[in-house]
Amino acid sequence: MRVDLTLNGTPTALDVEPRELLLDVLRDTLGLTGAKRSCDVQVCGACTVLVDGSPVSSCTLLAVETDGHDVLTVEGFREQPAFTRIADAFERHAAVQCGFCTTGMVLTIHALLEDGAFTDEASIREELSGNLCRCTGYRAILAAVGDLAGIGEPA
Amino acid sequence: MTIAPERTEQTTASGQVGRSMRRVDAGEKLRGEAQYVGDMIVPGMLHGKVLRSPVAHARIVSIDASEALAMPGVVCVLTGEDFKDQDQFWGHALKDRPIVAAGVVRFVGEPVAAVAAVDEATAEAAVKAIYVEYDELPLVGTVDEALAPDAPLVHTDPTRPGLFHGLGTLPERDGNICYSYELNKGDAAAAFAKADIVVEGTYEFPGIYQYAMETHTVIAQVDSRGITLWATCQHPFLVRAEIAALFGQPLGSVRIIVPYLGGGFGSKSYTKMEPITVALARKARRPVRISNRVDESMATTRRSGAKITMRTAASNDGKLIGRDVKVWFDTGAYADNGPRVTATGADSAPGPYRWEGVHVDAYCVYTNTAPSGSYRAFGASQLQWAGDLQIDEIAHRAGIDPVEIRRMNLLRPGEELRHGGKPMDADLVGDIEKVAAALGWDRPKDPDTGRGVSVGVLAAGAHPVSSAIARMEADGDVYVLVGSTEMGQGQRTAFAQIAGEVLAMPAERVHCEGTDTKFTPYDRSTGASRSTTLAGLAVARAAEEVRKDLLAIAERFWPEPGAPIELRDGAAWCGTERRTYPELIAKRFGLSGGQLVGEADVHPAGTGSYAEGPVFWEICMAAAEVHVDRRTGRVTVLRTATVADVGRAINPQLVERQDEGATMQGIGNALYEEMVFADGRLLNDTLLDYRIPTIADLPVQSACVIVENGDGPGPFGSKGCGEGAFAGIIGALATAVADAGVPVRALPLTPERVWRAMSEQQEEEHR
Ligand code: FES
Ligand code: FES
Repeated sequence: MRVDLTLNGTPTALDVEPRELLLDVLRDTLGLTGAKRSCDVQVCGACTVLVDGSPVSSCTLLAVETDGHDVLTVEGFREQPAFTRIADAFERHAAVQCGFCTTGMVLTIHALLEDGAFTDEASIREELSGNLCRCTGYRAILAAVGDLAGIGEPA
Repeated sequence: MTIAPERTEQTTASGQVGRSMRRVDAGEKLRGEAQYVGDMIVPGMLHGKVLRSPVAHARIVSIDASEALAMPGVVCVLTGEDFKDQDQFWGHALKDRPIVAAGVVRFVGEPVAAVAAVDEATAEAAVKAIYVEYDELPLVGTVDEALAPDAPLVHTDPTRPGLFHGLGTLPERDGNICYSYELNKGDAAAAFAKADIVVEGTYEFPGIYQYAMETHTVIAQVDSRGITLWATCQHPFLVRAEIAALFGQPLGSVRIIVPYLGGGFGSKSYTKMEPITVALARKARRPVRISNRVDESMATTRRSGAKITMRTAASNDGKLIGRDVKVWFDTGAYADNGPRVTATGADSAPGPYRWEGVHVDAYCVYTNTAPSGSYRAFGASQLQWAGDLQIDEIAHRAGIDPVEIRRMNLLRPGEELRHGGKPMDADLVGDIEKVAAALGWDRPKDPDTGRGVSVGVLAAGAHPVSSAIARMEADGDVYVLVGSTEMGQGQRTAFAQIAGEVLAMPAERVHCEGTDTKFTPYDRSTGASRSTTLAGLAVARAAEEVRKDLLAIAERFWPEPGAPIELRDGAAWCGTERRTYPELIAKRFGLSGGQLVGEADVHPAGTGSYAEGPVFWEICMAAAEVHVDRRTGRVTVLRTATVADVGRAINPQLVERQDEGATMQGIGNALYEEMVFADGRLLNDTLLDYRIPTIADLPVQSACVIVENGDGPGPFGSKGCGEGAFAGIIGALATAVADAGVPVRALPLTPERVWRAMSEQQEEEHR
């Protein structure tokens, strides 16, 4: 099936099987391996991409469903100025360990920052609970997002 | 165990060690450029899928793969029939595990066949088109069933030691007990005979899934040059040896390439999915990738559950005098690292106190469940909490504060933990005072809150063999080759800082890549908190060789005898005169290039046996404060504190991150996580049902106290960290919940379990 989407800012036509998941198309067909596969069941967030600016688990989204939509992966996002700011906060707080959750985390945080969803520490805990990280124990991520949202470093 | 002091390390004051430099790998990971095995494509690569057993114990009557083989895109199907001319059994501790089931399946999820096809979807469809007839056998689903008289046996073939069992003389298998370990110190019976206070109990620790977010993934290529693997393995050199032995190749013809790992925590230690991927690639005559899904990784390895009976004896004044422990580890259907978990657990069971007598019997038991092996702080995690609960009971009866009773009884540096081997090498009294202060132990408590403290030790370092090469290029940048795996812990950053310190240059100009066993020098393994300590020491020694070269060249610029030459800021200095490293290298090689190369290793002074060990005792210490909701049984972690007794923090921020990660995994193990088996079948095999901590579970406050006494065997007096806090947090949470008035005997402390425990207690009080 033909799918017309905007992928990382570029109008793109894809030929996909109806059963193909967006994550597989990104990783295997297009070689965009920044999105990671982990849980396969929309729990961990490692496969997160932004569809029309909202975080979506690409492991459970059919590629055909992106027809007519705007898809942003880390490969596109890393070229944007907003990326540098988030990356700098993550580096400053050492909020990256193995890195497997990182790209999904960063894209989710970007979308939520754009929405003004982080108003206090509780909102960070709430909004990011769909992105698992087994390594960092989250404290550095909480601190980095607190910085980015201008709500100060949590105690 | 001591490390042979081959060369003297020179401590410089370059300011590279001890600063929280940014992680060298953060940028590429943030950008999505960092490569993991699953991101790699080898030309001509096929996709493999494993057919796994749906039953826990059965004889395989027949396998019909004809329909699968006829499917377009299917290249081959691998079954037990392919190993008629090959001993297909492997296992580093016990050689008990076939590459694919050899006539018998012993757990749900055991590989029965594997398909190689042009893509994953085809391979998956083909796996479903293989028909297997099973003749089910009686099974043992739990340790109790496995130990029952006349229990069905999981294994009946003679025991064979694996390549790296490292366990001294292997005891014969006894029924379903595949390994046992006894620890004796002093006279336990005499201690109990004279005790004023004796507490006893039975405790249960569940099976746990490590959940490294990246599942086990392997690409194998077999051709006339040998076997090449791209693999998610923590111990590439041990896997290399096992693959070489299994497939009859010289060590050097097996090449293992390890890029970044998406977490390990022990789940990728030793050999896992490599043998089956190699066998499939050999049969397909093309490279093959096998990438586990989460349920498959859960069936590949896990943390063993444990059943513990423990007694502790004390005198009325709170002196701890005796401990008697029996522990049975459920290692599942294959030993994996279970024997080492058993030995380490036994060593951890007493706790670092001045006992008059200790006796521990530890058993590693086969059951018809998924095999289990390493997971962060193994052994200590399963046992430490039970010991802490008993010490708190004694403290309560003796009217002594839990911190005080531990402080009174803790070993001092130099005192013996077990006969032979390394004595206590850390300041435990200082540590417990710090952790108590960090939690605010003496502050008043709110209603329904509890506080707990936990103290333990873990035999760390494994076998002390590591080597490293440091190369300084003509532009002065340094490249370090070391076979230790970066799986998130930040070792590449630590190695850069160590080499930068020795070479008196910015660590930002030291680079460290992943392992390729063809070029990277030998490193025993990545685990047991050993990388900074042992691989780091090899890096320091290799850098020291380059440093000597630099000084020797510098003398050619300033040949006067006794000229005060020193290395500083990437240059050699004599007074105010300065020659940069590139200038020094040009002096040696002429202007066209060249490279200074330093090489070094670390090896044990003795044989490096387990009995001589450990390299150091990792301190497992933490404190916690919890709130228990009396209506729902829900436990909320309010505050935690951990001690990172690291000798010297190479990068303080990364030390804190290790403890923070361990704290959260400890919270998961203590409060939420449990693999639920019914008749050998795992009921919660997705992340929907297997709950790990999220950011919402983060305590309000977690303090990490870094202790730097310079008493470690690693570079600059350092020693490893990252595991100790894990066992400590589990113990601190269990004792904190008990302190809040809940009898604790089994983990995890789910709301249901806590609520039931409270209800039963109330009923008993009414009776
Ligand atoms: S892989 Fe998609 S949410 Fe986990
Ligand atoms: S950094 Fe490893 S899972 Fe988050």
